[in-house]
Amino acid sequence: MPTITVIEHNGQDHTIEVQSGISLMENVLSNSVPGIDADCGGACACGTCHCFIAEDWSELAGTADPMEESMLGMRPDRTEASRLSCQIQVSDAMDGMVIRLPEYQM
Amino acid sequence: MNQPQQLPDPLTAPLEQIDFSDPRLLEQDAWRPYFARLREEDPVHYQAESPFGPFWSITRFDDIVAVDSNYEVFSSEPTIIIGDLTDDMRVEQFIAMDPPKHDVQRRAAQPVVAPQNLAQMEPLIRSRVVEILDNLPVGETFNWVDDVSINLTTQMLATLFDFPFEERSKLTYWSDMATGSPEIAGGDTSPEERIPALMDCLETFTRIWHERKGRDDGGFELISLLQRDPNTADLVDRPMEFLGNIILLIVGGNDTTRNSATAGILALNENPAEYDKLRANHGLIPGMVSEIIRWQTPLAHMRRTAKHDVIFQGKQIKQGDKVVMWYVSGNRDESAIDNADSFIIDRANPRHHISFGFGIHRCMGNRLAEMQLRILWEEIMQRFSHVEVVGEPERVKSNFVRGYTSLPVRVHPL
Repeated sequence: MPTITVIEHNGQDHTIEVQSGISLMENVLSNSVPGIDADCGGACACGTCHCFIAEDWSELAGTADPMEESMLGMRPDRTEASRLSCQIQVSDAMDGMVIRLPEYQM
Repeated sequence: MNQPQQLPDPLTAPLEQIDFSDPRLLEQDAWRPYFARLREEDPVHYQAESPFGPFWSITRFDDIVAVDSNYEVFSSEPTIIIGDLTDDMRVEQFIAMDPPKHDVQRRAAQPVVAPQNLAQMEPLIRSRVVEILDNLPVGETFNWVDDVSINLTTQMLATLFDFPFEERSKLTYWSDMATGSPEIAGGDTSPEERIPALMDCLETFTRIWHERKGRDDGGFELISLLQRDPNTADLVDRPMEFLGNIILLIVGGNDTTRNSATAGILALNENPAEYDKLRANHGLIPGMVSEIIRWQTPLAHMRRTAKHDVIFQGKQIKQGDKVVMWYVSGNRDESAIDNADSFIIDRANPRHHISFGFGIHRCMGNRLAEMQLRILWEEIMQRFSHVEVVGEPERVKSNFVRGYTSLPVRVHPL
């Protein structure tokens, strides 16, 4: 099983085993890592599963489509690395990927 | 369609004889079976006649998310309430704008309600909650709406605007005036009262804007934030847009939290087993707050206007059609939420509700609302074994604001 490292805003890191074919958001939630709310359940409609993709992995994670882009645009803490984790399908190639979680979700 | 004297029978009346915009559905708390029937029989429903003209009702959770997220097809312009703007008050506000204009205006106001700013406000909010609760008349029946809900949210709004504290009751009044007219949402406010009230709001805030401009102290409240952002620095020069956005922030920060602050009392009294759970475990408060906001759904609908013809769930929606997303219905949709009509304070996934809307217009102040309600309940539970409802609530006549004008209670200290 591939693993992904999730780093909370306070620096606490979690290396989790992930399931390919489902979203990064679902993988983080099912491993009980705090810091993702995912209020809408994965519809790219609330912006509360915001995360930052470590630079080396941004290409593999892909780019936000216009709808995701419009949701990210509402985040005061948005950066170049920002993605909504519900919009990233985990694949085996992501083994070793690192993501950071923001200070808050809103 | 003229509204008949009596509401039609929700189970047997032909659907085309039911007016889903009738404000009495909320005022009389009669709405549940009407919308349950629509969700079951015709979840995307066209109503050919109403006092607000023809409109579509979107009633299921997933369909509401789909419409709310699709601003390319479903525009928020020119207004997001079922009734059109009246010619005597054509305000503009960012909740009723599409990108890109919406985005830049919202971004200017958003920092005031970002969680790191909220954390700084928490001690102040708590001290105000404590003062309100400590001054309640123990042993007497009083109106929770006036003495707690309105009092608390109005103080909070005055803080967010740095509005003169002794004049803060005007904020509540203007909020009520903004959404109260019959043409907009079926209320009873007359234009003779409404227009002067909103003009007073505009004049007052214009004066505050200019006073604050001179002060230029880097303040972190809404007026200063709007002044400092280049996209809104000249907002005051566009009066209808200035007024519209002020009203948006007042209504957004007022009606919603106010009515959720009342709803919690009512819901716990109607569900004593849930109140017992809370007494046994105050750690349930954060989840309960989300459940209260879902159960209440303080804004019953949001409206969009179709920008072009579109087939949605097999129905032909035409360019220019009004599309009303009934949040109050989506929050009771069993296909998205288990036991949706029940009030359950320890739900597995309490944040999965529709009260804040979805997409780019999702409630900007959602974390502030949750924080205010969390603090309110933390402090209530420190003081009272029971906030007892001792009479029937009176509800707002509107198809937009799902709220209360009174809730008689008595408080029982620990």
